[in-house]
Amino acid sequence: MIGHDSAADVYRQALPVILVSLVAGLFAGTLLGTETMREGIESVPGILLLLPAFLATRGGVYGSLGARLSSGLHQGLVDPHFEWNDRLRNAIVASFLNGLIVSVFIAVLAWGILLALGRGGSLIELVIILFVAALLSAFAMLGVLLTVIFKGYRRGLDPDNVIGPVVTTVGDVFGVAFLLVGIAVAGVIL
Amino acid sequence: MSGSDRDPLSVGSDLLQGEDLEDDLLADWTVGNIVSTLVPLLIALSILQMVSGTVLETFEDQLLENPSLLVIVPVMIGTAGNLGSIMCSRLSTQLHLGTLEFSPANPDIRANIGAVFGLAATVFVLLGIASWGIGRALGGTLGLGTLLFVTIVSGMLLAVWVVVVSTLSVYGSYKLGYDPDDTTIPVVTNVCDITGVLILFAVVWIVL
Repeated sequence: MIGHDSAADVYRQALPVILVSLVAGLFAGTLLGTETMREGIESVPGILLLLPAFLATRGGVYGSLGARLSSGLHQGLVDPHFEWNDRLRNAIVASFLNGLIVSVFIAVLAWGILLALGRGGSLIELVIILFVAALLSAFAMLGVLLTVIFKGYRRGLDPDNVIGPVVTTVGDVFGVAFLLVGIAVAGVIL
Repeated sequence: MSGSDRDPLSVGSDLLQGEDLEDDLLADWTVGNIVSTLVPLLIALSILQMVSGTVLETFEDQLLENPSLLVIVPVMIGTAGNLGSIMCSRLSTQLHLGTLEFSPANPDIRANIGAVFGLAATVFVLLGIASWGIGRALGGTLGLGTLLFVTIVSGMLLAVWVVVVSTLSVYGSYKLGYDPDDTTIPVVTNVCDITGVLILFAVVWIVL
C-alpha cells in the first residue's frame, strides 16, 4: 500500500534514483572542475551565470521529447522501430528548434545580466558557445534517447521509467562537455 | 488538421475526449505546436535559473580556486530537485488516495519526512567525501572536514526546506482546487533546484 509505507520503505524505493543522480552529478562536476574547464570559465565571462539555465533546458527539451515519444509508442502513433515518419520527424525537428531557440535566448539573457552587473562580456561569443553546445548536445542526446527508447520498448521496458534517469544521467555530462567544445570553437572563430 | 484552433496549453493534458481525440492527437505532433508549447515554458524556466547562475557568477573566484566546490554544484542542483519531486509526488498520491491528513502526527507524513532526511544524509555524506577526493585529484586544497561540514549542513538545511515547501505547496494547491500533479511538481522541483544553490553558497560564504 503506497499510502502506508514506512520511512525505511520510502528510503529504499527512492535510493537507487538518488544514487544514480549523485553519480551523474559527480561526473558533470568533475568535468566542470578540470583545469581546461576552469580556464574556459575564467576566460569567458558569463559561463557560470548561464550554466544552471543551460543544463535545465537540456532536461526540459529531452525529458519532454522522451515523454512524447513514449506516449506515442503507447498510443500506437509511433511505431516501435525507428522509421522516418512524419510524427517522429516533427518531434525531432521541434526538439532541435526548442534547444537552439532557448539556448540562444539564454546567451542573450546572460549577456544582459552581465551588463547589469557591470562585468561586461561578449554577446557574439556567448551566442556562438551556446549555439555550438546546443547543436552538439542535440545530436548526442537524440542518439542516446532514440536508441534507449526504441531498443528498450522492444525488450519490454516501459520508456516512461527509463527516460528520466537517462536524461538526467547523460544530459548534464553532455551539457558541460559541449559547453567546453563551444568555448574552444568560439576561441577559434573570434 | 491545423492546430491553430487549439489552446496550446492543453497539449499533453489527459482531458481529450470524444471525436476530437484523433484530431487532437495528430495536431499535437506538428512542429509549430510542440515549439509554441515548450519554448515559453523553457524561457520562463531559464529566467528563473538565472537566480542560481548569478550566485555562481558572484562566487566565481572561490569556485575556480576550489574545484571541490565545482564538483558539488551539479549534485546539489540535481538532488534538490529529486528530493522535492519525491516529497511532492508522494504527498499528492496520498492526497488522491484520500490517506493524507496534514498533521505532524500523521504516520504517512512522518514516513515521507524521515525518508527525505535519510536520503539527504546519505547523499550529502557521500558527496562530501567524493568532492574531497575529486577536488584533491584536480589540484584543490580544501580539507575533508571543511567539505563534509559544507555538504552536510547545506544538505540538512535543504531537506528541511524541501519538506516545508513541498508540504505547503501541495496543501495550497489542494485548498485552491488544483491537481498538485500538474503544476506543483514542476514548480517545486525548479524552486528546490534554485534554493539548493542559494543554501549551498550561504553555507560556503559563512565557512570560507
